[in-house]
Amino acid sequence: MSSVWPVLPVLLPLIGGIALLFSRLGGLQLQRSVSLLFTAGLIVITLQTLFVATTEGHQVYLLGNWLAPYGIVLVLDQLSALMVLLTAVLSLFALLYAIAQDTDKQGEDFHTLFQIQLFGLNGAFLTGDLFNLFVFFEVLLLASYGLLLHGGGRLRTKGGLHYVVINLVGSSLFLFAVGTLYGVLGTLNMADLAAKMATVSADDQGIVAAAALLLLVVFGIKAAIFPLYLWLPGAYANTSAAVAALFAIMTKVGLYAIIRVHGTLFAEQAGPLAGLHTDLLLWLGMLTLILAVFGVFAARGLKEQAAFLILASVATLLVGIGIDNSAALSASLYYLVHSTLIGGAMFLLADLVARGRGSYADRLRSAPAMSRAILMGSLFLLSAIAIAGVPPLSGFFGKVLILDSAIGHPSQAWIFTIVLLGSLLMMIALARSGSILFYQVSDDGENDGQAFNTRATTVMIALLMLSPVLVVAAGPMTMLTEQIAEQLSDSRAYIDAVLGQAAVRGK
Amino acid sequence: MEWIVALVIGVMTASGVYLVLRARTFPVVLGLTLLSYAVNVFLFTMGRLQVGQAAIISPDTTAYTDPLPQALVLTAIVIAFGMTAFLIVLSLKARSELGNDHVDGLSYVAEEQAVKSRQKAGN
Repeated sequence: MSSVWPVLPVLLPLIGGIALLFSRLGGLQLQRSVSLLFTAGLIVITLQTLFVATTEGHQVYLLGNWLAPYGIVLVLDQLSALMVLLTAVLSLFALLYAIAQDTDKQGEDFHTLFQIQLFGLNGAFLTGDLFNLFVFFEVLLLASYGLLLHGGGRLRTKGGLHYVVINLVGSSLFLFAVGTLYGVLGTLNMADLAAKMATVSADDQGIVAAAALLLLVVFGIKAAIFPLYLWLPGAYANTSAAVAALFAIMTKVGLYAIIRVHGTLFAEQAGPLAGLHTDLLLWLGMLTLILAVFGVFAARGLKEQAAFLILASVATLLVGIGIDNSAALSASLYYLVHSTLIGGAMFLLADLVARGRGSYADRLRSAPAMSRAILMGSLFLLSAIAIAGVPPLSGFFGKVLILDSAIGHPSQAWIFTIVLLGSLLMMIALARSGSILFYQVSDDGENDGQAFNTRATTVMIALLMLSPVLVVAAGPMTMLTEQIAEQLSDSRAYIDAVLGQAAVRGK
Repeated sequence: MEWIVALVIGVMTASGVYLVLRARTFPVVLGLTLLSYAVNVFLFTMGRLQVGQAAIISPDTTAYTDPLPQALVLTAIVIAFGMTAFLIVLSLKARSELGNDHVDGLSYVAEEQAVKSRQKAGN
């Protein structure tokens, strides 16, 4: 019996997007209610999918009832369930913030684009077919282009143009890689590809490795890995805060794709090709981390700094994936959940600060005191602690787990030095921004910022409070991530579940 | 026949990459279009080149053309078409908002102004 759970999180936002097109007739208030309803519904459904995934193993849905290597399949395992749930939670906060700050009034169809963005994201997390992954990437990218440019503005247009062009180049590379894999192996189903990887002849190994590394470039563009990250600060720093917060998950899509595609295809059953990406990821991750920390230091504004902090979290995750053992993967997943939520909170806070400071915006220069400066400063302190990885908040536990799993790795000295030094430098840079923004109050002129927005601030605080929740729930969370890492290491089970799925028989 | 198709893909990709690296938006759009053409032909050839064969497999056929790459190409064409349309609109928007068609719009304007003010100061 084909399970319906893999398809529900994909269908719900699609239906939501279509419903929102029609609810335009009812005005903005109706659109907001419909959008909130569908996003909240998504959380309920994704909680249930996570429950199903953890208790019942792989769930496979055959689209059009075609058997696995021939038709397209959606596969739900614990990793995709976690990612889908994380997306739903983050998107609810982003949506609430967008409504609280009237971001959706700055242009039309914000909510439709938002739901289609979720449709693309969930599809990318759940698909079990490489070409289908490309299609969902395009869906989520097209929606993200719309969201990124929503509201307009010169800087936004410029950052958006770069983002669109580099992603279109990435799409071309993706198709080259997909075509090459199909030409050699004759299939695009990820499970089937993984199963056939062992049968690749010695002559073809080079070409398969080339295709795999081309895919790594494509996912590297999405995840913003050195040297492909230059689009990120411009795009994220200049878009609206709610969209930037939602985009905290977008870089993680690239990382997810690396774990899913490379992790499944080049597991131990691939023979000589196994693990061809891991060392590369480790070193690229450390290089990205160094450059991201420099970026955090050099940033001229708080939003730019938040964008570089996102980059640093991606880099830390890459190191975790590159260490390539089960404990490191489990630790990376914990850190992924933390960094997505807190990265999103950081963008929201940067926006609150920018609005509170008026014409000084988020630039790191001393300005007249903003309203509720003590509250804002405390929130900044908490966010900085969480994101730089200082105890007692969740970033610390994520980093400790990652470093713990690195003990015994051949390059452990490098990993420890770079990750710890990176954290220290990030902390110094954040302390500097905090003291400029909140302590160095200049006396010339009046504060011309917007009045304190209680609703928007509440949303931001609620998102930030997920960090202590992650600490308190660290036990169950790490149990879940260990279970996920264990499931991922068994690529044979994935292959058998997908290829063994029987079609639904008609009467 | 293989070498001519390979040559076509190679030349189109090379031209596409060259144009994507140009500084103004119009050549970049053309470059991306060329890249997507190259990709489409490449995907098509991945089903192996067959002439005059049906895309139907039955137990007694000895030669057939692979229908899957054709379906993939169709999808890729539609997506590339939509993306190109979007990119053209975005380029036009950037042209009208930034005042020039430079890919790095704003910094280009800033440099230009700096040069002008320096010239003024020189006079």
